[in-house]
Amino acid sequence: MSVLLFTIIVLLGAFLAGLLGSLTGLGGGVIIIPLLTLALGVDIHYAIGASIVSVIATSSGSAAAYVKEGITNIRIGMFLEIATTIGAISGAVVAVYLNANYIAIIFGCILIFSAIMTLKKKIDHTTLDKTDKWAKFFKLNSSYPDKGVDHAYAVKNVPAGFAMMLFAGTLSGLLGIGSGALKVIAMDNIMRLPFKVSTTTSNFMMGVTAAASAIVYLHRGQIDPGIAMPVCIGVLTGASIGSKVLLRTNTDKLKIVFAVVVTFLALQMIYKGISGL
Amino acid sequence: MNEEKNENINDKDIQVVLGTLLRAGVIISMSIVLIGGVIFLIHNKGVITDYKVFKPELSKFSSIGEIFKGLSSFHGDAIVQFGILMLIFTPIARIIFAIFSFLIEKDYLYVLIGFIILAIITISLNGGLAH
Repeated sequence: MSVLLFTIIVLLGAFLAGLLGSLTGLGGGVIIIPLLTLALGVDIHYAIGASIVSVIATSSGSAAAYVKEGITNIRIGMFLEIATTIGAISGAVVAVYLNANYIAIIFGCILIFSAIMTLKKKIDHTTLDKTDKWAKFFKLNSSYPDKGVDHAYAVKNVPAGFAMMLFAGTLSGLLGIGSGALKVIAMDNIMRLPFKVSTTTSNFMMGVTAAASAIVYLHRGQIDPGIAMPVCIGVLTGASIGSKVLLRTNTDKLKIVFAVVVTFLALQMIYKGISGL
Repeated sequence: MNEEKNENINDKDIQVVLGTLLRAGVIISMSIVLIGGVIFLIHNKGVITDYKVFKPELSKFSSIGEIFKGLSSFHGDAIVQFGILMLIFTPIARIIFAIFSFLIEKDYLYVLIGFIILAIITISLNGGLAH
């Protein structure tokens, strides 16, 4: 395949990945990696390097808007970034020693898990119980504005949330994805944050987390300009349009269709990984 | 942040600057990637791609030094890598900005946390980790 044709195909694929990723909340990375590896036969190491770059672009782009609105809890974000960056670097380093087939299998499993998470009904776990001493020490309790009203919230189970973030960061570094699904579990279910705060804060953290592992990938030669260029431009464009459409569409049906497609892709990656062992 | 520096800068101001910084970083770096991409395509459009097997030894721009060297000879792929490098540094610049703003707020605990994150990232800058 010529460079021009390859660039055009990847650009279109990445655009769709970014668009669907932002509409369903799954993120562009988890879609572009199967696309590159299964459809175009790209080695998963290159696919991961390109994907991590697109994660930085989309998360920084959307974090910009949320941060301005004052919903993002910058203290929680920075506190948990200690965990996610340590995890991200460890994950990226471990990835060298892992056979591409194992990475594909782990990737497939996380993909299925993320697809299920987007379908699950969210339960509000928010609390006003400000007794957690870690939350008090790190000044994590706060409030967020919604339609002109300030909503206060308290943070619970800080050490458990921190541990979960370490795991989320490791997977992010290992697989080149934002691992938003895991971050949201840590913040919604464990630390009891309101949805708006957890999704925007998770987005805010993704940029730094991805940057930490991207540097390791860059040094290892996994970020190839020929793939990374169409991937990050495509995903970012798709995600920006997706976030504008998102405000006026009901995405419930799309999420179900998409979860099925993603599960199918994931099974194929797992199958390919196992048969290559 | 000039003459306001000594006054009480609230979280809202910090958030606005932070948001602008992130957006500007993404726009600038992606524009560089786009320009580099066009130059790269003009020179290489007919070349046959081969990404089937990961060959790290073939990658030309896998360190900051190599990227700058390639930049001076105006290689399209070096310009793309430079844009990606700027993109990677956008969230890192955000941490540095946050450290300053917490310093102004006299929230030293978070100044420390900011430095811890920077230290972790500096470790990853050590190319030895990649091999």
